[in-house]
Amino acid sequence: MYASPNAGASQRAVHAWLLLLPALALLVAFTHWPAVATLIDSFHSTPRGARPAEWVGLENYVVMVEDPVFWQAVRNNLWFASATIPLSIGLALLMALWVNERMAGRTLVRMAYFTPTVLPMIAVANIWLFFYTPQYGLLEQFTGALGLPSRNWLGDPSTALACVTVVAVWKEAGFFMIFYLAALQTLNPSLKEAAAIEGASRWYFFRRVQWPLLMPTTLFVLINAVINAFRLVDHIFILTRGGPDNATTLLLYHLYEVGFKFWDTGYAAAITVVLVAVLASVALVQFFVLDKRVHYK
Amino acid sequence: MFSMQRKTFLKTLSAAALTAWTAGAFAQAPVEVPFYYPVAVGGPITKVIDGYAEAFNKAHPGVKVTPIYAGTYQETIVKALTAHKSGKPPATSVLLSTDMFTLIDEDAIAPIDDFVKTDADRAWLKGFYPAFMANSQTGGKTWGIPFQRSTVVMYYNKEAFKEAGLDPNKAPANWTELKEAARKLTKKDASGNVTQYGIQIPSTGFAYWMLQTLTTPNDVLLANEAGTQVTFDNPKVIEALDFWVHLAKDGVHPKGVVEWGTTPKDFFEKKAAIIVTTTGNLTNVKANAKFDFGVAQIAGHVKKGGSPTGGGNFYIFKKAPKEQQQAAFEFAKWITQPEHAAQWSMDSGYVAVSPAAYDTPALKKYGQEFPPALVARDQLPVSVAEFSTHENQRVTKVLNDAIQAALNGTKTSAQALKDAQREADRILRAYK
Repeated sequence: MYASPNAGASQRAVHAWLLLLPALALLVAFTHWPAVATLIDSFHSTPRGARPAEWVGLENYVVMVEDPVFWQAVRNNLWFASATIPLSIGLALLMALWVNERMAGRTLVRMAYFTPTVLPMIAVANIWLFFYTPQYGLLEQFTGALGLPSRNWLGDPSTALACVTVVAVWKEAGFFMIFYLAALQTLNPSLKEAAAIEGASRWYFFRRVQWPLLMPTTLFVLINAVINAFRLVDHIFILTRGGPDNATTLLLYHLYEVGFKFWDTGYAAAITVVLVAVLASVALVQFFVLDKRVHYK
Repeated sequence: MFSMQRKTFLKTLSAAALTAWTAGAFAQAPVEVPFYYPVAVGGPITKVIDGYAEAFNKAHPGVKVTPIYAGTYQETIVKALTAHKSGKPPATSVLLSTDMFTLIDEDAIAPIDDFVKTDADRAWLKGFYPAFMANSQTGGKTWGIPFQRSTVVMYYNKEAFKEAGLDPNKAPANWTELKEAARKLTKKDASGNVTQYGIQIPSTGFAYWMLQTLTTPNDVLLANEAGTQVTFDNPKVIEALDFWVHLAKDGVHPKGVVEWGTTPKDFFEKKAAIIVTTTGNLTNVKANAKFDFGVAQIAGHVKKGGSPTGGGNFYIFKKAPKEQQQAAFEFAKWITQPEHAAQWSMDSGYVAVSPAAYDTPALKKYGQEFPPALVARDQLPVSVAEFSTHENQRVTKVLNDAIQAALNGTKTSAQALKDAQREADRILRAYK
């Protein structure tokens, strides 16, 4: 039997598929299949004891539209995202620019900035809890020394969301700083020398040279920041548990409560589908629209 | 504690003769009994539980109880119910007594009555405090075995009482006295900032439980025994919440929502002279309060005192193999024997679950040396079941949100509770 020219090609295809198989199996089993199963579950009622799941069409989505806590979580999350994303990226950039300079104790400062990323969020939240404690907390001692009146930071709906946002920014900025720092160090030093010879100001050099060259990193960091704005809820469990009166309930926290406290898995699946759809479309927009405007070398 | 257990080995050995048929049925291979438990108080609880399981296994050669630490109560029920849904639940687990309806609705647990066969079993089941059984029975069946149970008490700073000209040996016994004491105990600095609040009732996480310490003395229950109807908009409930709201409005209680976790610390730091919290904090307060403190029953109003109970029960899972269920039942029975219940109470700070446990020499002696440990017991006759309904966590959240809205002043007490009533009725309509 002769080997036809096609046989070689199909053998290569089999070979390629075999190489892809381990990663593919993992992705299908733990990412794609659960996503599809969640979509299917979202059109079914929650199975309870002897009552199996039944097809209910869009009922879970109707429940969601009518759920005031869901809408409050959406509002809170948008607020949370619009504060954490620019603040953490801006702060990361500032810190990276600073620790990129030659100066005494540079390693120490870099480490200090990176520490929040290394610490587990739950442990950190417990420490922040005492920062925010009324009367004798760190923040209160500070404002008290300035003669300001005492506040119940986490117990007041007007300040609670801002307080958990600050914790998230503090946690994230150090992580993003590492990416910016790595990118800054790949920039050609001759650019800086050339700018210095031309007499460009520091701000001009940043605006015209560094910032455009950092755009690929910014895009990457931005995507991460957006995802994290919807994913980072660990500290809510410790600091406020979504309270007071849902003032700090974020989407993922609400999802957890519906799924694992109320055991309403059908409705939880519907919220998951919406969350995944929103995040996926945001990521797609970022990849396809912003990507075109990013300058790669 | 081990000498204590050695004594009981002899007793259980003789009891083992009685249950020899079970041991015989188990033949060679010991029956594995996976047992999930949460830790919700301080101290080396995992070590203590492992010790109990070891002692039980020694006394029952046919059985091997394997304790599995599963995190907080919430994490434990997530693990247990997930395991149940996958078809391989643990034989038994300690979970909140208030999760009873949830577990029944998920068809996850078997009634304890199925295992109660002998007169001795029946006598044992009757031996628990009725206040604890209130959260363990519904529809004429028993679903849980009380184990790590608690209740709510008042802790007060005796030195602050003396400074304010109050009798340090007499805690406020009713709402009028409580309000008056809180007013006297509240201290302000020169610029008008409060340095010490008279009273503090935490309102995160367990707000519904704290509300019950006010509704119970006001002679009103929040839910019916079947867990299908709530009474949030009852005028007496509104009055109770209003009392709480007004403590804050009058400036004798911190404003806004008060964190559960930092409340003991506020007490140690003398930022609150009276705190209302679980008996589970007794060991913590004993170790960390640098001043003379008192423990007292919840102040009364229409009724003399009264508090909800709380804490965890043993449940036996329905889908576990029959011999595992039986062995789990034997274990739960063994660990709630008076000697063991007394030991567990001293090790953990929980309330012992039966009057017989308080009659044991060990616990009698402990009570004489440290009388605050007996306050919770003395309060049990006027205690009620912890708030629990079908769809428990969902309905509880509705109530918690309402309490927080009222305390923050975004709604009046009446409005908040009426809204909560409507929402709870909607959630519970499927169970009527």
